[in-house]
Amino acid sequence: MENLTISDAPPPPLQHHAGVGGQGGMPPILGRPPPPLQQLPAQMFTTAAQLLDLTDKKLMVALRDGRKLVGILRSWDQFANLVLQSTKERIFVAPETAPDQPRGLYADIDRGLFLVRGENVLLLGEIDLDKEDDAPPGYDLAEVELVQTLSKKRKQQDKAKEKQKVKMLSKEGFEGENVGEVLL
Amino acid sequence: MLFFSFFKTLIDHEVTVELKNDIQIRGVLKSVDQYLNIKLDNIQVLEEIKYPHMSAVKNVFIRGSVVRYVHLPANAVDVPLLEDATRREAANQAGKGK
Repeated sequence: MENLTISDAPPPPLQHHAGVGGQGGMPPILGRPPPPLQQLPAQMFTTAAQLLDLTDKKLMVALRDGRKLVGILRSWDQFANLVLQSTKERIFVAPETAPDQPRGLYADIDRGLFLVRGENVLLLGEIDLDKEDDAPPGYDLAEVELVQTLSKKRKQQDKAKEKQKVKMLSKEGFEGENVGEVLL
Repeated sequence: MLFFSFFKTLIDHEVTVELKNDIQIRGVLKSVDQYLNIKLDNIQVLEEIKYPHMSAVKNVFIRGSVVRYVHLPANAVDVPLLEDATRREAANQAGKGK
């Protein structure tokens, strides 16, 4: 990572075979001085440094609209805009959504390449490759169609519940921090 | 930049981050940046059954804009120092305003 600003000193000029008579220093290699040693501080407290070690890793990305994406992080910038490769969207339904469904269900949908605008990112989680194939505790893999229908149903239920809650609260003069937008 | 500096003093301490979607994540604070984005290591999610998507995740990057609270270990906070720094920052800001 190189963080250059306008106030930085200009790079040292190239020494064109200045070593006539050998005035000390390193001998030029192919007419150029050796590149300066660049060392990063042990911990750089920038967004870039934080995302740098997540690059090319398999990540779980939680978005503001409740979606969970699993993909490989290929690129990013300081706003946490992200490019994800081989992305799958993972949908979950909580237990007891349907009458005869004691355990939770989940399914994956192939989505391909994603560019996510940073403001929509809640968090990025690096996936432990030892655990990635295990189903989450209390959850089973199920058919995509089934999970999709159930999750739609669940969302409607939750929306109605939330609406009622906001209504009751506003009657008492309270206003939530995300009225009109439920963070999931 | 006061809180940025303050969080830097908490590196390697265990904190609990509560997000605006109510999820609470406990982990070792590994890094923080100017936006107060937070990196946690060895995470553990409270009420894990409600958040199945976190089960295979070992460390997280949390976007600063979605954090509601950070629960701090009380013994890791030097309160007099923080008060001092706050006053200095406030004095600085007042000086700039003139």
